[in-house]
Amino acid sequence: MKRILTLSIATFAATSLMLTGCGKKSADGGGKKDGGVSIQNIGSDTMVNVAQAWAEAYHAVVPAVSVEVSGGGSGIGVAALINGTCDIANSSRHLEEEEEAKATAKYGGKHPAQHVVGYDALAIYVHPSNPITEISVDQLSEIYKEGGKISKWSDIGVTMPAGQDEIARVSRQNNSGTYHYFREAVVGKKNDFKAGSRDMNGSKEVVDLVSTTASSIGYSGIGYRTDKVKVIKVSKKTGEPSVEPTIKTTLDKTYPIARPMFMYVPPGAKPEVDAYIKWIVSAPGQKLVIDNGYVPLPEFAPKDK
Amino acid sequence: MTNSRSKFSIYGEKLIELLIRLSGMSAIIFVFAIFYFVFREALPIFGSDKFSLWKFLTSTEWYPTSMSNIRYGTFALIAGTLSVTGVAMLIAVPFGLGAAIFVSEFSTGKTREGLKIVIELLAAIPSIVWGFIGLTVMNPLIQKFFGVQVGLCVLNAAILLALMSIPVMVSIGEDALKAVPDSYREAAVALGATRWQMIWRVLLPAAKNGLLAAILLGVGRAVGETMAVLMATGHAVNVPHSVFDSVRTLTATIAAELGEAPEHSPHYSVLFLIGILLFTITFIVNLVADLVVKGIKNK
Repeated sequence: MKRILTLSIATFAATSLMLTGCGKKSADGGGKKDGGVSIQNIGSDTMVNVAQAWAEAYHAVVPAVSVEVSGGGSGIGVAALINGTCDIANSSRHLEEEEEAKATAKYGGKHPAQHVVGYDALAIYVHPSNPITEISVDQLSEIYKEGGKISKWSDIGVTMPAGQDEIARVSRQNNSGTYHYFREAVVGKKNDFKAGSRDMNGSKEVVDLVSTTASSIGYSGIGYRTDKVKVIKVSKKTGEPSVEPTIKTTLDKTYPIARPMFMYVPPGAKPEVDAYIKWIVSAPGQKLVIDNGYVPLPEFAPKDK
Repeated sequence: MTNSRSKFSIYGEKLIELLIRLSGMSAIIFVFAIFYFVFREALPIFGSDKFSLWKFLTSTEWYPTSMSNIRYGTFALIAGTLSVTGVAMLIAVPFGLGAAIFVSEFSTGKTREGLKIVIELLAAIPSIVWGFIGLTVMNPLIQKFFGVQVGLCVLNAAILLALMSIPVMVSIGEDALKAVPDSYREAAVALGATRWQMIWRVLLPAAKNGLLAAILLGVGRAVGETMAVLMATGHAVNVPHSVFDSVRTLTATIAAELGEAPEHSPHYSVLFLIGILLFTITFIVNLVADLVVKGIKNK
């Protein structure tokens, strides 16, 4: 019996350790290291690759500043902003009013600063074998929302081989900014997602699962596009012309599901943080946005595209 | 020899006794501390008028971050945990006990030592690596062999959990079989029993308690496992109708959502309540096992 007791204790202790361990990150974000300054940059999984690229390039420009990037999802970034455990929170969605209020309360009435550092066209991914070329926001909504009517590819006129007619919905888990944006822009703010979608941990997982599942559909930032998945055109309403996600269509807002990428900085941040953000929204930082497959601020967009 | 014990050795012994007593008690202290902590975090949810315990246990609607209609129904998650654990045990029990019997009764010398080392190595693989195998190896295999669309399902996670719990079962099961006195074996063989009859009729009944403990350790491992199932189940809130359906487990839900739930929000409390639910499940399993073992003893 002792063994069983030990087991239950061990199992439970492990669970509880996990419970406490996940929520709290070190509150001391700006510890000096090697005489330099370190900046804690937490949040959006959509932005994590480009944030990493910025951090590395900036370290080469200003060696005294090292930026530590971690992902996890926009929700993690926003939570870190509210709890005061980061210097910069990345988010692929804007702050909710309630979150804004909480953050403001945390910083004694001062608002966190919001910086737009680029744009993301939310791409709709399908398996390359899928003959579909375009989809409308209405159709996406019916596929994803609770009570939505579309559950088979044949419902939207796509003929799939036998056994692949059921749409395998791939979604994100609810700490994702992409999930929030998709709910707001596609499913409807007042609606919820249909239960039973496969909720992936990260953008890359979504693309990976879509690339191995013939009947699937998924959404993620355009920066995660690979050769193993197909990105389809999206139209605002069924019957309207559909648009490919590109830098041009994102910036002129003809692509219906594009969104800004935000960096939130708590009030009273170190001067190095402001300098870093300034660098990000300048030419070298914005070039990295393009290199990572995302869309830069309008003034840095390539002229020919 | 009466006066030869020095003061040092007398106090030394007392000290050691005290230390051992303390470490024995510490388990109890830890359990209660954990109890207190988890209950304290979960308690605020009961004050919320939107929350009903009945719905928490019976509703399949898990929408903790809905903008319009927040619902905390964990039935689908409970079904996910139980289905994955159940299928895992269907796979692990025959293999685990079979391996225990083989290691204990049939193999000798180098085979036995080799097997034991390899089986223990299986236990040393971190669960995230199992999850990775589920995602990249098992997923395409299940898609190919069973012709299903998505290989991230109950079966995938169950196979991983079975592999994870087998080493525990084998080592505990082997201990239990080894603990059966050799005189039982000798008596059975002397009566003309075949090896199979000896194992089935004599050894297994004699080692019942230990084998049950082995199985329950496996169940505990499976119920509490998080990372591997998070990756291999497909993480879909869904009451499964077949082993090829994607599900989501209680543990994976906590892992995936706690980081984002603001401290002391209802969502945060509900996640702790799920922790209590998990604890209750393991507690019931242990209690049942305790009663079963007692029942066996009283016969």
